[in-house]
Amino acid sequence: MSPLLFSAIVFTMGCYITAMALALLRLVRGPSAQDRVLAMDLICTIAMLILMVLAIRYRSAMYFEAALLVSIFGFVSSAAMAKFLLRGEVIE
Amino acid sequence: MIPPLPLWVEIPVALLLALSGVFTLVAAIGVVRFRSFFQRMHPPALAFSFSAWCVTLASILYFSAQDGALSLHAWLIIIFLSLTVPVTTILLSRTELFRRRNSGDPDMPPPLSASVPLSADADDSSPTPR
Repeated sequence: MSPLLFSAIVFTMGCYITAMALALLRLVRGPSAQDRVLAMDLICTIAMLILMVLAIRYRSAMYFEAALLVSIFGFVSSAAMAKFLLRGEVIE
Repeated sequence: MIPPLPLWVEIPVALLLALSGVFTLVAAIGVVRFRSFFQRMHPPALAFSFSAWCVTLASILYFSAQDGALSLHAWLIIIFLSLTVPVTTILLSRTELFRRRNSGDPDMPPPLSASVPLSADADDSSPTPR
């Protein structure tokens, strides 16, 4: 790992952590429930991006499976939450 | 010991990673600072599309240069994300419309089914609500 790539990864991670903290602020403060669902979706996507950057950092392709899993769980949970807020039940 | 990568690979990878970090940060700032929900729905698209594309291209470039062969398994994430993000967006926007309409917000447009005139057989039985 060269110093250039390492510093780029550290910068990217810092940006991701700050973005996650800001999304968490919206999750805590959000006036309506759909704001919180949106912030949770954003947090899941940022977690997926963090896992993909970790794959580059540790040179392991195993992180891609974890990233796919986090992405799938994020989609299913936010779709189910949105459906619940829309209809009052998830599966009609 | 893994041999170090050439410089012409590391510079685009570092640039793409930094770009994705900046885009994600901009998206989060937009989510915090915008005022209404319909405005707040737009900035996460930056993180969903732009930074995911940047990270995917960076990892494809990096692992292809490291293995000496084209490794395209990171495309799966982009394909999956581009399939699922519109579904979530549509559901969330309909949720906001539905809930604000139910709470009696005058800014929300009325539902389409109430503004369409009723059919001819139901016309004589009850007055059409306009």
